[in-house]
Amino acid sequence: MAPYTELFRREVLLALRQGGEIGLALGFFVLAVVLFPLGVGPEAELLRRIGAGVIWVAALLAAVLSLDRLFAADYADGGLDLLVLSAMPLEGAVLAKCAAHWVTTGLPLTLISPFLAALVDMDAAAIPVLALGLLLGTPALSLLGAIAAALTLGARRPGVLSSLIVLPLYLPVLIFGAGAVEAGIAGGGARPYLLLLGALTLAALPLAPLATAAALRQALD
Amino acid sequence: MTGFDASAGDLVADELACRRGERLIFRGLNCRLPPGGALVLTGANGSGKSSLLRLLATLLAPAAGEVKWAGLPVAADIQRYRGSLHYVGHLDAIKPALGVGETLRFWAGMRGIAKPPIDAALGAFALESMTDWPCRYLSAGQRRRLALARLIAAPAPLWLLDEPIAALDADGEQRLVAAIETHRATGGRVVVATHQPLALADPQIVALEDFAPALGDPADEPFTGF
Repeated sequence: MAPYTELFRREVLLALRQGGEIGLALGFFVLAVVLFPLGVGPEAELLRRIGAGVIWVAALLAAVLSLDRLFAADYADGGLDLLVLSAMPLEGAVLAKCAAHWVTTGLPLTLISPFLAALVDMDAAAIPVLALGLLLGTPALSLLGAIAAALTLGARRPGVLSSLIVLPLYLPVLIFGAGAVEAGIAGGGARPYLLLLGALTLAALPLAPLATAAALRQALD
Repeated sequence: MTGFDASAGDLVADELACRRGERLIFRGLNCRLPPGGALVLTGANGSGKSSLLRLLATLLAPAAGEVKWAGLPVAADIQRYRGSLHYVGHLDAIKPALGVGETLRFWAGMRGIAKPPIDAALGAFALESMTDWPCRYLSAGQRRRLALARLIAAPAPLWLLDEPIAALDADGEQRLVAAIETHRATGGRVVVATHQPLALADPQIVALEDFAPALGDPADEPFTGF
């Protein structure tokens, strides 16, 4: 167990010490949501209707923005070699890195989402649904994103390429996440959406590390 | 446990061949490393020293042949084999935002060592005064020393060192040789790729040129896979 916690601890520590890392994703998330009222006009009716979708799209983009820090530095400084040679399977290292990535992006996004929901005048009853949906869905964003981050190692513009790969994979999360809030506003019925979001995360939990580790081995060859 | 005993038996490279992209780098490479032995790899740039080390570290797959330890292919129990080797490559896996001591403790922890001898490891390479320094302030030579200190912080019977004295000063080189000889005296083994002569006792030299494919070697066909 020790290597997993050790790696998780270091990843979180690095994200905290390299200042901007967490702030960058959060700042992007907030700004993207704030820009919408300025673009489409401040009518509360309109904002209330598109709010959930806007927040979810902004969360997706903020997650994509932070993907390159998952493996790029370890790939460039030789740390990936040592992770392969460490006392845990590479899949385990991927899982630990994804967990740390979620704690430093998905979790802060979830925590701040109620404030943004208030900003778009979301129905008070739907705010817990939004937060719960993000809590269940953002781990899948980190896990699926790891696949793209690993596949694009060594590419010339990894950030652009990985967003092209990963955004289509994020579609189900977006659809069920925004759907849950819609259903919450309409009054009840959000449960199936939330269950599906949880199912997506649970499915990605074993599958994404397998795919990511395979892509990492490919990158090292 | 079907694994090998990491302290006994020879490490054997059996008819190893290495291909990078379309080029065959070397082929038919045989060598044998007993406990306490030192293997020095020499050869021009591009002759395959680093590739052979990565191959021995299981970071590359051989195009032909296999690596064996005590008669068993290392692929039979790869996790255990990986646990018994240290690989110090050109890249030092040092994060600027972490401290010197933190870096050592982390990499020892990744090898499953709960209480690594950090002070001994730092002392072996004269880094003890900078335990709490962030690595971003280290010079190239100090980074190299820190990478080598990993060898002491997490004991492993096989050391694979790629150009370990690049960027090291005379003192650093002496300390490395001393560490290697102490390691060998307790049955450890070491494979070093190097251009500069290293003052090791009784090393076995493997000149990679001897295994370069001849011009027009039938094995050196362009890669036509996929």
